[in-house]
Amino acid sequence: MKDTIPMPAKLQPTRSKTKSNLSFRGWRRENGRVGVRNHVIVLPLDDLSNAACEAVANNVKGTLALPHAYGRLQFGADLDLHFRTLIGTGCNPNVAAVVVIGIEDGWTKRVVDGIAKSGKPVVGFGIEGHGDIATIAMASHKAKDFVQWASELEREECDIAELWVSTKCGESDTTTGLASCPTVGNMYDKLVPKGIYGCFGETSEITGAEHIARKRAINSKIGDKWMKTFQAYQAEVIEAHKVDDLSESQPTKGNIAGGLSTIEEKALGNLEKIGRKCRYIDVLEPAQTPGAGPGLYYMDTSSAAAECVTLMAAGGYVVHTFPTGQGNIIGNPIVPVVKISGNPKTVRTMAEHIDLDVSGILRRELTLETAGDALIDMVMRTANGRLTAAEALGHREFVMTKLYRSA
Amino acid sequence: MATKHRRKSSDKGKSVLTPHFLVHSPKDNVGVIVVENLSAGTEMLGVVTETDKTITLEAKESIPIGHKVALKPLKKGDTVIKYGEDIGKMIADVATGKHVHIQNLKTKRW
Repeated sequence: MKDTIPMPAKLQPTRSKTKSNLSFRGWRRENGRVGVRNHVIVLPLDDLSNAACEAVANNVKGTLALPHAYGRLQFGADLDLHFRTLIGTGCNPNVAAVVVIGIEDGWTKRVVDGIAKSGKPVVGFGIEGHGDIATIAMASHKAKDFVQWASELEREECDIAELWVSTKCGESDTTTGLASCPTVGNMYDKLVPKGIYGCFGETSEITGAEHIARKRAINSKIGDKWMKTFQAYQAEVIEAHKVDDLSESQPTKGNIAGGLSTIEEKALGNLEKIGRKCRYIDVLEPAQTPGAGPGLYYMDTSSAAAECVTLMAAGGYVVHTFPTGQGNIIGNPIVPVVKISGNPKTVRTMAEHIDLDVSGILRRELTLETAGDALIDMVMRTANGRLTAAEALGHREFVMTKLYRSA
Repeated sequence: MATKHRRKSSDKGKSVLTPHFLVHSPKDNVGVIVVENLSAGTEMLGVVTETDKTITLEAKESIPIGHKVALKPLKKGDTVIKYGEDIGKMIADVATGKHVHIQNLKTKRW
């Protein structure tokens, strides 16, 4: 990607010379976790509260509303996931402070109490009994306090082991399996031994490669746990709802245009993201925070990009690496999404969306080793504050996963 | 109609030829076209990424970038191998150098 306007030379970074280049400057939060962004978010409990949240974010500059479509009359596991996603989003270390607004006080308080366990500033408002206008006024005062407080928080030097990096690919084609996915795999092969937390998921897109995925677990117990998750997905989602052989949903139209013919082919390319050496150490529920220490995790997610990234962000991941072939343009409101593409046509025609061009792998000019190093460099620059293409273009897809119809 | 292979230097400083297609594993019976605007009749250079072995093959039709080419004649019912793994079955015959995609290859799942 060429700059058409000459940019002034960058000032020398303030990074300490004694530390390895694998450190970054992040915000250490009250619970010890480190974030790479410093957002003050205005989080709706439910669809009804989106308008008030957006009004607060409009009133108070530097805050970010996260509108979404759900939160009413959900129950059981679906409601648990709703709360886990909202609380996890609020607890994410990229978030400095949270204002929660809900239609009523009860469920609003549940989200506030969940986020408060992280130790960060959080406050909630119920609209009933006040109306939008009074609620917006009260919430705006708090949001202003929070954003001014957050603006004075300082970054500190942190080791790469404090970085949590997730991955999911989208609008895949055969170039993702050849270039961008193995680039992410090479990154994990290098960074997981340094103590980072990694995460991959996309349960439907392992179909056809489940024998390989199962073997990549740290031991047979975790491999069996993975297989159970996969089989439950097949039974509860695919077998319960399929009307045909899914050949038009998996692979997608975009995948097919890019040359992928079958789900097996797509799955094998997808799994290139976990490299050659890494083993996943546990299988997480959607939006669950990892609890088994540093290492690579599997999270049971949909393969739809925004749903998956939203769940991984709620699990606590702070940077996302996203290989794309045909050009998926997704972003996330709180987590920087780094796009990697090896498709020379996409890199040329959709340049503004791509953070790292690895099309040299297809021309055999670039080795996987060098591409992996380039991605690590881009992840560190992103952690240090470089805006990703998706951030610069305002992509803030925040999509809750819904398990079934509301009551 | 032979096409001249472009010579470029890799990040390791070695001089390399730009391939027209890549093959993941020596077990594979399909390769992936990695150049745009490939036309029928092109004498293609291929590389097996796992072994660095090169292959030459004539493109029997124009195949878009990212799409697969048959490395050998494939018959209806044959298993298609990519990454050294089963990616589905042929539902029609295809000759060497021809396009392998949804018109002749289908999942064994679902």
